[in-house]
Amino acid sequence: MDNITNLTVHELVEKLKSNELTSEEITKAYIDRINDKEKDVGAFVTLTTDDAEKKAAEIDKKRNANAQMHKEDTKANVESQANSENPVCNDELSEFAGIPIGIKDNLCTKGVKTTCSSKMLENFVSPYDATVVEKLNKEGIISLGKLNMDEFAMGSSTENSAIKITHNPWDLNRVPGGSSGGSAAAVAGDLVPWALGSDTGGSIREPAAFCGVVGLKPTYGLVSRYGLVAFASSLDQVGPITKDVKDCAMLLNIIAGHDEKDSTSYNVEKKDYTKNLEKGLTGIKIGVPKEFFGEGINIEVKEQLEKAIETYKKLGATVEETTLNVAKASLAAYYIIACAEASSNLGRFDGIRYGYRAKDYTTLKELYVNSRTEGFGNEVKRRIILGTYVLSSGYYDAYYKKAQKVRTYVKNEFNKAFSKYDVLLTPVSPSTAFKIGEKCNNPLEMYLADICTVSINIASVPAISLPCGVDSNGMPVGMQLIGNRFEEEKILNVAYKFEQEIKFRENHKPSFKNK
Amino acid sequence: MAVEDYELIVGLEVHAELSTKTKIFCSCPTEFGAEPNTHICPVCMALPGALPVLNEKVVEYAVKAGLATNCEISKDSKNDRKNYFYPDLPKSYQISQFDKPLCNHGYIEIEDDNGNPKKIRILRIHIEEDAGKLNHNEFGAGTLVDLNRAGVPLIEIVSEPDFRSTGEVDRYLKKLKSILQYIDVSDCKMQEGSFRADVNVSVHKKGEPFGTRTEMKNINSFKSITRLIDYEKERQIYELEHGNTIEQETRRWDDLEGRTFSMRNKEDSQDYRYFPEPDLVAIKLSDEYIENIRKELPEMPESRKERYMNKYGLSEKDSNSITSSKYLSDFFEKAGEIANDYKSVCNWLNSDIARILNEKEMEPEEIPFTAEELAEMVTLINKGTISTSIGKKVLDELFENPKSPSKIIEEKGWVQISDKSAIKEVVLKVLAENAQSVADYKAGKDRALGFLVGQAMKQTKGKANPKMLNEMFIEELKK
Repeated sequence: MDNITNLTVHELVEKLKSNELTSEEITKAYIDRINDKEKDVGAFVTLTTDDAEKKAAEIDKKRNANAQMHKEDTKANVESQANSENPVCNDELSEFAGIPIGIKDNLCTKGVKTTCSSKMLENFVSPYDATVVEKLNKEGIISLGKLNMDEFAMGSSTENSAIKITHNPWDLNRVPGGSSGGSAAAVAGDLVPWALGSDTGGSIREPAAFCGVVGLKPTYGLVSRYGLVAFASSLDQVGPITKDVKDCAMLLNIIAGHDEKDSTSYNVEKKDYTKNLEKGLTGIKIGVPKEFFGEGINIEVKEQLEKAIETYKKLGATVEETTLNVAKASLAAYYIIACAEASSNLGRFDGIRYGYRAKDYTTLKELYVNSRTEGFGNEVKRRIILGTYVLSSGYYDAYYKKAQKVRTYVKNEFNKAFSKYDVLLTPVSPSTAFKIGEKCNNPLEMYLADICTVSINIASVPAISLPCGVDSNGMPVGMQLIGNRFEEEKILNVAYKFEQEIKFRENHKPSFKNK
Repeated sequence: MAVEDYELIVGLEVHAELSTKTKIFCSCPTEFGAEPNTHICPVCMALPGALPVLNEKVVEYAVKAGLATNCEISKDSKNDRKNYFYPDLPKSYQISQFDKPLCNHGYIEIEDDNGNPKKIRILRIHIEEDAGKLNHNEFGAGTLVDLNRAGVPLIEIVSEPDFRSTGEVDRYLKKLKSILQYIDVSDCKMQEGSFRADVNVSVHKKGEPFGTRTEMKNINSFKSITRLIDYEKERQIYELEHGNTIEQETRRWDDLEGRTFSMRNKEDSQDYRYFPEPDLVAIKLSDEYIENIRKELPEMPESRKERYMNKYGLSEKDSNSITSSKYLSDFFEKAGEIANDYKSVCNWLNSDIARILNEKEMEPEEIPFTAEELAEMVTLINKGTISTSIGKKVLDELFENPKSPSKIIEEKGWVQISDKSAIKEVVLKVLAENAQSVADYKAGKDRALGFLVGQAMKQTKGKANPKMLNEMFIEELKK
């Protein structure tokens, strides 16, 4: 049999169904893989493999018991059909029961540390589960651990983690992207079959692109944010990072849906996102906004995307160049809105009730200042200062209010585009994964890594990132497909058909080498 | 220049805790007085990842308050964050309302110092959350944070600077408190801090623009408010008369010293960095929603007053004082109904009970006995079981050690003697002991009768039925 950890989740589900594999076998295979490769990748902040093994054994036991009961049920039914008090299996297991997962370390997990890769929360254990984590638990999905990220999700390379550096499995000298770098690297390195990430300005899509995996930023409000440690409340969304598009649709099925605990989550009809994957692309209109291919976009990235456009034409879609002049304005608005909200959201880390508290202080002010000075990293401080500044009296109108106007403008521009096109096709990032340390001392250049992704969060629309080829260094190139609000089904379909056509996973594998 | 040349200008920001069962953004109970940190959850203690969900009752209560104070209700409102660091504020921001409050442009009508009607304009009413409480030095462990109160819903009622005297301020606060109690949105218990005010004071020479104001925050006693305004007015006039200027600042009121002290001035004033709360959606209200609340508003003091005058024959003055407090008014109606004697209940409430409350500095809510107990006492008097003077003693007892009045008079042996033979026995004894007075009475000195009755009362320790006593003496003296 093919290596277990190389299988997609939908393949694993089939093997569980047909009894070719047990949850324990799957979980153990992943634990072996982690033992082998984690030292090279550094994707995990916390491992919960011991607990995972126990859970897998329990689920196998339950699955066997259920199978047994089913058999007896059938027998009992045959023997006495009049008996209405037959024991019913109300402890039915979901098809995902016993499938492992990795969880970004900004999603609260009861009893397991949630650090946000920050010294501030280094020892913080949440007393409750995030809604999405609750949903995973309900399915019987087993967490292998918590995944590294840029501190408080601020960054594009996971180098801002206060815990460790995560390496890109395709080239260990390169970054995995960020902020969900641990999640993307773990999926790419087969350390987990799938993972949850979060995306505020590209934090799922950029690392997915850098690591050659699939990542989806859902429509704002499709997935509950309850228990996601807030970075920028009006932009944050939880989403899947997976090996392929079908897994992505399946994980979205599990996590999407209205939550009474999140007022900004929408009450939209529950959909099966796997249903339309196979649909043909004839009649689909794809717009290619030329502004996303301008200055600053690496030539090799452009080449791969041009090939992708040809593939789509071959698949029967109509592809047209169009205009959508939002990227630059969005990036400016993004850094104002995100920092403003972050400056307020991160105020609760004051050393009073939980989290890091400085050892030396004599006054209340010193307690605050010292705890926050010592507990936060540079990038977090930079954004808190920026956010505090743009909200200050006298500057609010010039920055925050103007950024909100830009936001309305960007939304309108997307609306216009979606009146003509089903999906929009762009690069995810101007470049492929860069070298560790390369952009550390240049925050502005690091911010430009988000140029193709932030407008999607600003407009609250969904977008998927999937690999479309590799550059001359063998590093994956990502393609972004953007849909209208709540049209995840459409972008998943368009992504799936492409994936089936180019078969990226079959042709390219991470090397785990220092190139 | 003389003090009379200055005019006092006062504006008030009143914070009233709403009496919803649960907090404004989570389902923790709002109940006062629980063990520290027992009414808390991830939301109100601001754990990472927790999100607020607006309690719809809070909106309903605030709309009620707005309608009862003649406000326009905004159909498109929102929440904002007010950012500042303090250990009692777990999120480091208070969710409040900044530029789009729920209610705008209302008024409350009061009387000015000359008894003429005056409208005090209300600028706005907005909803917000209360902060936690800091317990200093308790348990000898520095300062401890209690978050039970964090997230208890408040409305802030902001008046225009329309007050020109402490009398106006006092009448406005009492009226506002009574309105909030009538519509049942706040218990306004000042001693528990559920009704408190920020007071803005300035003075200016008549005919000139308003002066610079100072602010005294979180004052939870009517008496302190009038005292601090008087003090602050005098202080500001003194400063101005001595060629100094008034700083715009927040001052601390020291109730013991009866003075205000400078706390912080404009230079280090907080920049709250208000911005729209991204975790909550806009508050959109329909006309229908607002009209339904309007229809369900309870009977207000004005209309109760009319009813008391027309139906129970109370004077306007009596009706006014009874309706000044919803608690008192409800108490009155209940006791009046049970005793079937509204007039007597009113007299007791407005004379003896009012006097005792005043002496003890108690609010009507703190009356230690029930309406049923007062009604029973009135009935005992009406039935002749006790006299009015015994009634006063029973009332004192009700304040000290409340229990059923019939039990009190039984235990104390205060039952009125209305037995004819017992009365006769006393009368004959007094007549025999006071031959001189009998002679005086027979000689036409009517006053002697009073003396004899007094003696009989003394011997029965006030328990003899005075009417019967009187009649019996006259009858016996005729013989």
